[in-house]
Amino acid sequence: MTTTSLPKAPNVWRRRMRTGVIILVLAVIYGWSFTDLSLNTKGFAQGWLITKNIFKGLFSPEWSYSGEVLMRLFESIEMAWLGTFIAAILAIPFGFWAASHKGHTYSIGPLSGKWVLSAIRTFPEIILAVVFIVAVGPGAFAGILALGVHSIGMLGKLYSEAIENIDPGPIEALEAVGANKLQILWYAILPQVLPEFASFAIYRFEINVRAATVLGIVGAGGIGTPLIFALQGYAWSRVGIIMLGIIVAVMIIDGLSGYIRSRLV
Amino acid sequence: MALRNTEPTQTGLSTLPQPPKQLKKNLSRMLWTALFLVTIVGAAWHTESDPRQLAMGWPNMWRLLSQFLTPDWVYMKKVLPAVYETIRMAIVGTTVGAIIAIPITLLAARNVTKNRFFVFLSRTFMNLIRTIPELLFAAIFVAIVGIGAVAGILAIIFFSFAIIAKLTSESLETIDSGPLEAMTAVGASPLTWIRYAVMPQILPAFISYTLYVFEINVRTAAVLGLVGAGGIGVPLNTALAFLQYDRAASIILLIFLVVLLIEALSGTLRRRLI
Repeated sequence: MTTTSLPKAPNVWRRRMRTGVIILVLAVIYGWSFTDLSLNTKGFAQGWLITKNIFKGLFSPEWSYSGEVLMRLFESIEMAWLGTFIAAILAIPFGFWAASHKGHTYSIGPLSGKWVLSAIRTFPEIILAVVFIVAVGPGAFAGILALGVHSIGMLGKLYSEAIENIDPGPIEALEAVGANKLQILWYAILPQVLPEFASFAIYRFEINVRAATVLGIVGAGGIGTPLIFALQGYAWSRVGIIMLGIIVAVMIIDGLSGYIRSRLV
Repeated sequence: MALRNTEPTQTGLSTLPQPPKQLKKNLSRMLWTALFLVTIVGAAWHTESDPRQLAMGWPNMWRLLSQFLTPDWVYMKKVLPAVYETIRMAIVGTTVGAIIAIPITLLAARNVTKNRFFVFLSRTFMNLIRTIPELLFAAIFVAIVGIGAVAGILAIIFFSFAIIAKLTSESLETIDSGPLEAMTAVGASPLTWIRYAVMPQILPAFISYTLYVFEINVRTAAVLGLVGAGGIGVPLNTALAFLQYDRAASIILLIFLVVLLIEALSGTLRRRLI
């Protein structure tokens, strides 16, 4: 007598229940999101006119304004450059703080470092800019400080990951010949991580250029300042030339930095 | 070992490798360092950045920072609706952006769209949108649809659509081509082809990217109010304009808490997805 036991049918009901619960949760979330949104539809008719004007302005930029645009763009790039420089240096100790040694992933030191870095990342640069304007007044310097502090969050994280992934060989070799901590840092760790650090910093510079173009909206210098004035004054051909300048500048910087990074690592 | 022995070694002592030109190398390194420092100092001078200013303005800033230690809880409760609005803006904007991203994702992936021209076109479009910062989008939409959350949502839609489409299309190009070929072999229609060969492979990545962009969007939505595009940034802007540092500090603290909460939530979800 042969007993053939078929495999049990998969528990369809449990899966269906799960799907049902997920759909229910999503429905509640979306119901909540869409109900209370205050849509003011009366602005749309006028909005269409403005949209047309924006496109007209974008395609007929005010070329005579390009000198001022170039100067302000240059200021934005300078802000990004200095902000990144500050962050690239300040992030080094944070990177070492947050880097965990192999096998000690959950020790309190590195974990606290990771927490601090993610806390720094959480503050948007534009809010930091507002805070620094309180200290140093409106202008490019406030923007530089904001970029400098905010970028520590990301750079410190990337640095710590680079430090975690280094080849332990040179460190062990130096330990074997009796080198002290500073010598190990200088001859075994830094030569391995510096190219990567530089690459990360250049990548962050790319991001910061983009950020620096809008910091002017809150008064922290750069191209954002004339932009917000042009927008508020409905000077669309001026908005056109400024946006054109931002797009071209960001593309050039992206291309350049991509090229340098590909040669660096 | 055997391989290494086949190298010709008879040239021996006569041609020692030249010592590297240390002096020249050092000189060029010094030159580059000097150039770099000149750009730093030059930029600092040109932007009128003076560290002494920071030292002088420190008391002012400290007055703001010290408010973080004693937040105004009553006021915090009062701005909670603005916080909800911020989260709503992020949810609606990310969802609509993700839906719009689907067709563009398919167009921008070389293994789905065989027509090179469409691939090029959709990629250029995405890259163009990504060069424009969200805050700038928001400022433009405020001009178009007026002050309020709608302008912020439109800005978030544009931004999320571009970044979700870019990330997903890059993942899409690395999927297993087996199912694609199998579906082509049985003569599936384009829609069936996408439904059964592409979607099962890319859906987890797509949802994960969408959640990731949602995290970014909550952070963005929190500041969009600075240009009048709704959310918690609006009361922050008012508080700052009237120099009410206690309120500003409470709002910044609240933003910090919300962002941390959303990030933890979405991070957990994403880890379970992949």
